Amino acid sequence: MLVHSRGGRWAVWIVFFALFLPVFALPFLVIMVASFATSWSGAFPSGMTLGHYQELTKGDSPHALLTSLVTALVASLAALAIGTWAALGAEALRRRGRRVVDALFMLPVAVPSVVVGLSLLVAFSKPPLLLNGTSTIVITAHTVLVTAFAYQSVAAALTRLDPAYEQSAASLGARPSYVLWRVKLPLLLPSLTAAAGLCFALSMGELSATMMLYPPNWVPLPVTIFGATDRGALFTGAALAVVLMASTLLVLFAVSRIRNRASYR
Amino acid sequence: MGIRFDSVTVRYGDNTVLDSLDLTVEPGEVMALLGPSGSGKTTALRAVAGFVTPAAGRVLIGGRDVTALPPHRRGIGMVVQQYALFPHLRVEQNVAFGLKARKVPRARIAERVSEALRMTGMERYARRYPRELSGGQQQRVAIARALAIRPGVLLLDEPLSALDAQLRSGMLAELARLHRELPDVSILYVTHDQIEALTLADRIAVMDKARLQDCGTPQDLYRRPRTEFTASFVGNANLLPVTVIGDAVRFGGTELKVPVDGIAPGAAATLCVRPHLVGLGEGPNALRGTVAEVQWRGATHRVFVDIDGHQIKADVRELRTPPALGQQVAVHFATQDAVLLGAGVADG
Ligand SMILES: Nc1ncnc2c1ncn2[C@@H]1O[C@H](COP(=O)(O)OP(=O)(O)OP(=O)(O)O)[C@@H](O)[C@H]1O
Ligand SMILES: [Mg+2]
Repeated sequence: MLVHSRGGRWAVWIVFFALFLPVFALPFLVIMVASFATSWSGAFPSGMTLGHYQELTKGDSPHALLTSLVTALVASLAALAIGTWAALGAEALRRRGRRVVDALFMLPVAVPSVVVGLSLLVAFSKPPLLLNGTSTIVITAHTVLVTAFAYQSVAAALTRLDPAYEQSAASLGARPSYVLWRVKLPLLLPSLTAAAGLCFALSMGELSATMMLYPPNWVPLPVTIFGATDRGALFTGAALAVVLMASTLLVLFAVSRIRNRASYR
Repeated sequence: MGIRFDSVTVRYGDNTVLDSLDLTVEPGEVMALLGPSGSGKTTALRAVAGFVTPAAGRVLIGGRDVTALPPHRRGIGMVVQQYALFPHLRVEQNVAFGLKARKVPRARIAERVSEALRMTGMERYARRYPRELSGGQQQRVAIARALAIRPGVLLLDEPLSALDAQLRSGMLAELARLHRELPDVSILYVTHDQIEALTLADRIAVMDKARLQDCGTPQDLYRRPRTEFTASFVGNANLLPVTVIGDAVRFGGTELKVPVDGIAPGAAATLCVRPHLVGLGEGPNALRGTVAEVQWRGATHRVFVDIDGHQIKADVRELRTPPALGQQVAVHFATQDAVLLGAGVADG
């Protein structure tokens, strides 16, 4: 910490708790508590139960979770592949070309995701590219939305990579493709897994574009949560939200384990 | 295999960092590329390795024009300043890298890896990762990795600059031994340390300001430098502006007997004498001045003497009573220890 005096350190802690707790931690806590409640009329919830979670094991919820996981997995892997490929390609370009590619990949971040959803809906609503009402269009939308983040983190990692590795490999007789697979990608592995984790988390929580596109047989978890709270089933919605949070965190945790192993080497 | 630079020019934008370099490294020769920072040494090396494309000229390796060849088809070993060992591979995998990339059969790879590790004394560390090694050990692995592909040409870019002074002199001896084991490998050795160059090299190429200033055997450059730059950079020589008069020269009001070597009388020239060949006290070719500074260097004293606005450095055996600052002293040197640089060949 940058503060060295004792009083200063206390002050920083107090500010931290005053800001962090209400803004970041409290909402999560409320959701957690609400997911066990049957009514919440006063200051505190009452009628604690596991019923909401039992409910979730029946009905559409398990399928929604699976849908979300599959969507996020496919979208983040696709985004990672596309983003890495684009970042490697952009690295070989001159400065102006690289700026064009950078701008291109900023687009899905700059454009509201509702607009991205709508544009995909319009673009793929006619043959030969008729994707409306398929799971593919949902996954495509997620991929488009998260690729920007994958591109950016890989591009940033590439500029930090010392060219001496690549050059040493080349002078030892390694062709460019061999250098890519045996040197560059392994050295980028920590950044790649970080990017994949970020993309996965973003996709797990995506709602606005998904709302425009999802077919009845491919309903991701955020849409189910929205539906539940919209119906007024607040506590069921809270339980679903906890499941979404927990499963996302679980996957991120697993990814960070891989990352630690990769950077330890 | 030899290396030849044929009028190689390298530019970054408008900035010429290598100006029409002509240099030949004979097969099996150790050539040191010596020069101050920014003089273009690394650039010359990168031109051989293929990491920069010359704006003009050709690079030949073993008589073959490689100017247009990509780095991975040049068949050279290279060790860069920071070693660039692959951090995700063990020592043995690092050393095997070039062999695997060249699709050498498996059995041969193991054999050659252990041979390269043996030559560099790193067998015991084969299973370690680079970050588990000291700087000197990493340096050995980098050399082993470059040698494993049995290159005809070895490029070393300031390989010892990251090591401390003691380790450096040990590694210098190791490099000399390695070269005796591999007499056919030509070595181009970049350094800005004249001791490394003088110790290791068969010949030294002195570079300054993107140009080759001088090239010759260490003894040649040290005893008979051809330019002021070489004289001062290699061995830190004293340089005095003099005028030639017959078979002697005049410095200020003093006449000095030095070998004139056919420089026309009346011409301006530069007199060059090494500090350790300058004696303190009266003698032949004596010059008088005041002591400006005295540095104690253990076995020697370096005495700086101001003479008519010029400074002469004299390295003398440790003195019991070093002269006081401002004291009037005389310095002298023997006729045969002086070299006269004509104005025509002086550094321009
Ligand atoms: N990629 C580059 N782009 C532009 N200028 C460069 C580049 N690489 C080197 N230079 C310039 O070329 C000149 C020579 O550089 P070089 O690296 O060859 O010097 P050097 O003799 O190896 O110096 P040092 O002893 O400091 O390593 C320097 O002035 C440097 O600024
Ligand atoms: Mg250099």
